[in-house]
Amino acid sequence: MALPESARPPQQSGALYRQTAMRRYLALAVLSALAALPLVLEALDQSFYISFVARVLIFALAATSLNFIVGFGGMVAFGHAAFFGAGAYTVAILMEAGVVSAFISWPLAVGVAALLSLGIGLASLRTRGVYFIMITLAFAQMIFYLFVSLKHWGGDDGLSLLSRSAFGGLDLKDDAVFYWLVLACLAAALFLLDRLAHARFGRVLQAIRENESRMEGLGYPVMRYKLLCFVIGAALAGLAGALLANHSQLASPNLLHWTQSGTLLVMVIVGGVGSLYGGVVGAVVLLLLEELLSGFTNHWHLVLGLILLVVVFRAPKGIAAYTHALFRRGQERE
Amino acid sequence: MSEALLQIAGVSRSFGGVHALSDVSLDVVAGEVHALIGPNGAGKTTLIHQISGMQRPDAGKILFAGKDITRLSMHERVAAGIARSWQITNVFLRLSALDNVCLAVQGRQRDWGSSFRFWRPVDAERRIAEEAHSWLAEVGLAGREQVLAGSLAHGEQRQLELALALATGPSLLLLDEPMAGMGPEESTQVVELIEHLGRSVSILLVEHDMDAVFRLADRISVLVGGRLLCTGTPDEVRANPEVRSAYLGEVTNTP
Repeated sequence: MALPESARPPQQSGALYRQTAMRRYLALAVLSALAALPLVLEALDQSFYISFVARVLIFALAATSLNFIVGFGGMVAFGHAAFFGAGAYTVAILMEAGVVSAFISWPLAVGVAALLSLGIGLASLRTRGVYFIMITLAFAQMIFYLFVSLKHWGGDDGLSLLSRSAFGGLDLKDDAVFYWLVLACLAAALFLLDRLAHARFGRVLQAIRENESRMEGLGYPVMRYKLLCFVIGAALAGLAGALLANHSQLASPNLLHWTQSGTLLVMVIVGGVGSLYGGVVGAVVLLLLEELLSGFTNHWHLVLGLILLVVVFRAPKGIAAYTHALFRRGQERE
Repeated sequence: MSEALLQIAGVSRSFGGVHALSDVSLDVVAGEVHALIGPNGAGKTTLIHQISGMQRPDAGKILFAGKDITRLSMHERVAAGIARSWQITNVFLRLSALDNVCLAVQGRQRDWGSSFRFWRPVDAERRIAEEAHSWLAEVGLAGREQVLAGSLAHGEQRQLELALALATGPSLLLLDEPMAGMGPEESTQVVELIEHLGRSVSILLVEHDMDAVFRLADRISVLVGGRLLCTGTPDEVRANPEVRSAYLGEVTNTP
């Protein structure tokens, strides 16, 4: 049965995530460019956009955290807004109580989101497919209605923050400084997830996504891996929530609404499910389109929908995977 | 013969009103190849499910190495040393053959520790990959390491399935029709592999290929309609008139 060397198929990496050195350098280049962006914008007298890009990066972090659950853990969760919102409300509530320090409130925001996801995960991870989608949605909506009904914490209007958190010697009221902090958080999260995905834990997660029963049959306690993946994703969403509350100085029930979960899911799908940078690409594309189109017409939702249709048909695995494929084709031609 | 590695005592299991298994008791002795035969629908795969932990019996007990494992989950039983292959190929189709086996090797906590490790890349753990290479060679897949499992031929996928089960380091191997859908050459290869495993692993083998069964098995149990008809050496089973009438027919005239 032995095939001659020439007849063997080329090395295939398969469905496992393996980052190439080339792509790491590319990511570093993009990171440097983003770090320099505030200086460029200030020089061009366009510093208004610093805040806008910071917002995009916060959503990129939230979408990335969801992509870890959906793309690497294989769990299509439709309640990510709960963790995003929990992070925001934790910071806002603590600030109302007089806790201004980010060193206290941000880790707590992460912790609250993680604890919440632990409970929701324990209750919902026994189900899969549509049932998992519905049960995560139900939990998130319960939390949404809870916060809408809590008049003490702003009810419908949300809870506004008197100022941004105090972060040691950094002045977060300065938009550029805040932007750099957001960028650092996103970069750190991406670095962490990259390590996780290549380590034993990430390998197991992806294999569970590929074939859960087989992993159980290889002796892996599948449920524990899925639960931890769910909690890690939620914790990062909590961090994103804490950042967003600081950015807009508001914790709004909108953050908890199911449409927020939907938006994050669309970002992940457009950007690329299971690509490390999928969430980032999706958030950038979606929010840029929203910003550009809403300048032209009030009916920008319609145009956005049409563009998304094109993306889904042209690049069903997401834009990140699509560019990888283009890149690879280009290399083979050389 | 030495003591029983696996003891199944009075196991019953029904689905709806159908009794798939009724009061089945049998032993697998350490080091033996024990074949389980019976007509379609006799409950062979159901019995494998009870032992592997895929399903739990309604009544009865399953003991493995002296410990009651009746209520253990599947992954706990694998860790205890029970591995299985599936009747329908169950591998990671979108992963390379090598990555498939690496996962099986990595899962052996007693050798490598937990997989709750978050920093060091698996690809840098050379010993896992080296061991996976040797398992692939063992089952006859040398040179096919980088091929995606989904692109392997059917027989090769069966071989990979076997490599996955073996790489978990079992003391008991449950093989559910390992030669199903294989050509004669591949079947011979698997028969030789099972012979080659020798007495280091005990095997419970479900198989329809009677030539293979009578060549490999030390003992044979016959399951008919969810009940155990008899257990004995191949000669005893061949001579048993009940088995002849219930199942074997003229197939017993093996060379």
